[in-house]
Amino acid sequence: MHASVRQAVSVNITPPITTATGRETSAPPAMRMTVSKVNFWYGAKQTLFNISLGIATSKVTALIGPSGCGKSTLLRTLDRMHETVRHARLEGEILLDGQNILAQDVTLLRRRVGMVFQRPNPFPKSIFENVAYGLRINGSKLPLAEAVEKSLRHAALWDEVKDHLHKSAYELSGGQQQRLCIARALAVEPEVLLLDEPCSALDPISTAKIEELLVQLKDLCTIVTVTHNMQQAARISDFTAFLLNGQLIEFNPTPSLFTTPSDPRTEAYITGRFG
Amino acid sequence: MTIKMNAQLRWRKFVSNFMLTMTGVCALISVSVLFFILGYLVYHGGASINWDFFTKLPAPVGESGGGMANAILGSAKLLLLATLIGVPIGFFGAVYLAEFSGSTVAFVVRYAADLLNGVPSIVIGIFAYAVAVHPFGHFSTYAGGFALGIMMIPITLRSTEEFLLGVPRSLREGAMALGASKWRTIATVIVPAAYRGILTAILLAFARVAGETAPLLFTALGNRYWSNGFNEPTASLPVMVYNYAISPFDDWHRQAWAAGLVLLGLILVINIIARAVLARGIAIPRS
Repeated sequence: MHASVRQAVSVNITPPITTATGRETSAPPAMRMTVSKVNFWYGAKQTLFNISLGIATSKVTALIGPSGCGKSTLLRTLDRMHETVRHARLEGEILLDGQNILAQDVTLLRRRVGMVFQRPNPFPKSIFENVAYGLRINGSKLPLAEAVEKSLRHAALWDEVKDHLHKSAYELSGGQQQRLCIARALAVEPEVLLLDEPCSALDPISTAKIEELLVQLKDLCTIVTVTHNMQQAARISDFTAFLLNGQLIEFNPTPSLFTTPSDPRTEAYITGRFG
Repeated sequence: MTIKMNAQLRWRKFVSNFMLTMTGVCALISVSVLFFILGYLVYHGGASINWDFFTKLPAPVGESGGGMANAILGSAKLLLLATLIGVPIGFFGAVYLAEFSGSTVAFVVRYAADLLNGVPSIVIGIFAYAVAVHPFGHFSTYAGGFALGIMMIPITLRSTEEFLLGVPRSLREGAMALGASKWRTIATVIVPAAYRGILTAILLAFARVAGETAPLLFTALGNRYWSNGFNEPTASLPVMVYNYAISPFDDWHRQAWAAGLVLLGLILVINIIARAVLARGIAIPRS
């Protein structure tokens, strides 16, 4: 088993553009981000092995795999959040719009690549100030009130909070808090939005709302989401990457990965035989 | 067998009830000490608290009446200086320890702060005398404020650090993921999230040094008249309590009690104001 996992895995950087029915789509999608040959270590422990994949513009890309497979780590390299952890080391190249993110100013990068975390983490401020935070620190010249309303509308939260924008963000429910965090990330108009198991702390109804939201947000930005919920990946994503023990096993359009997996390990995982 | 079990059960119940009662009594004692002291102060000093006490200078020896206006103002000046010295150093030092320094540096500084916290206040007084009185050739408000300020540093530093470290990591990540720099994150998210605790810590430090007498004895010295500016010796409430309490006059004894009462009242009022301020902000709910 281990030997087979360690084997070099040949995966296309560009996801093959065939749908489940085998129909070819007209043009290959443009790549917003490209990850090539990324290796990653926490101290002496290597957690990602030679990962290469492309993140298609204005699509939802899902990263799936069992706990500890490296999907969250991979996600966190995309906005260099891994650098907040000591002894983390990355080798390889990650491009955003053709430019290496590892050579850029990290604060500017994170303004272009937003992130939503596993647990809602609103700041101890009002609903309004939470959304306005990114705009304020970026010295945005936009009128704040309009920008905040726009972001809250995009996050499908406006109607629920418009009458008490100046209340504490902690008075919202868990699902509302998570949508507030999405609104907060959207306010700075990122090109890419990363979500790290955004629904794992939420009830099914809140989860459904966020899933619906993510599909709508595709028009606004490119989305990468980590999930351990395969049904969720199947429902909302256009492309799915399956990781196992730090290796990228399979990366394909979502319908074909779930209906006709090309790797037996993918099949074993999605049919629930492990993980 | 059953008899033994019963005995065992009875013993357990006895121990349980005994511990319940004992802890309850201890809790009661801790609260009642405060009220006992307060009652004692009111009983002995309440009668001496009047308009004169707050507005007049101490009466000449042998005359009754007079007040402690100069000591109240003196204490306020000393505490102002102490806060200006102790709070910024302690606060920014704590930010450095919690957010920037490596673990070795943090350990050393933390250890040193704990030692400084344990230095007897009279030793701090001697140090302040050597540094801020002797070279200038006279006692002063500056020297007294300096001594109290030194005492505030470690208390502020240690508790501020604790509260900063207590801010959930997820909030830091949230701010950094929006493109906030490290300092921006600290200034706009971490400190605001911890400010209630920090403010409480600063108040505790303030209350602690407000009643300090020993470091003032040979720095601010004392003064029976108004002290101009910050460069002259000044009266202060704790030193007045000390001087009046060891005097042979009944009227002075009463005034010493009254001064103690005013000191306690001052700290109480500051605490109440701070709580009112704290109640208005947004707190992180306990999970």
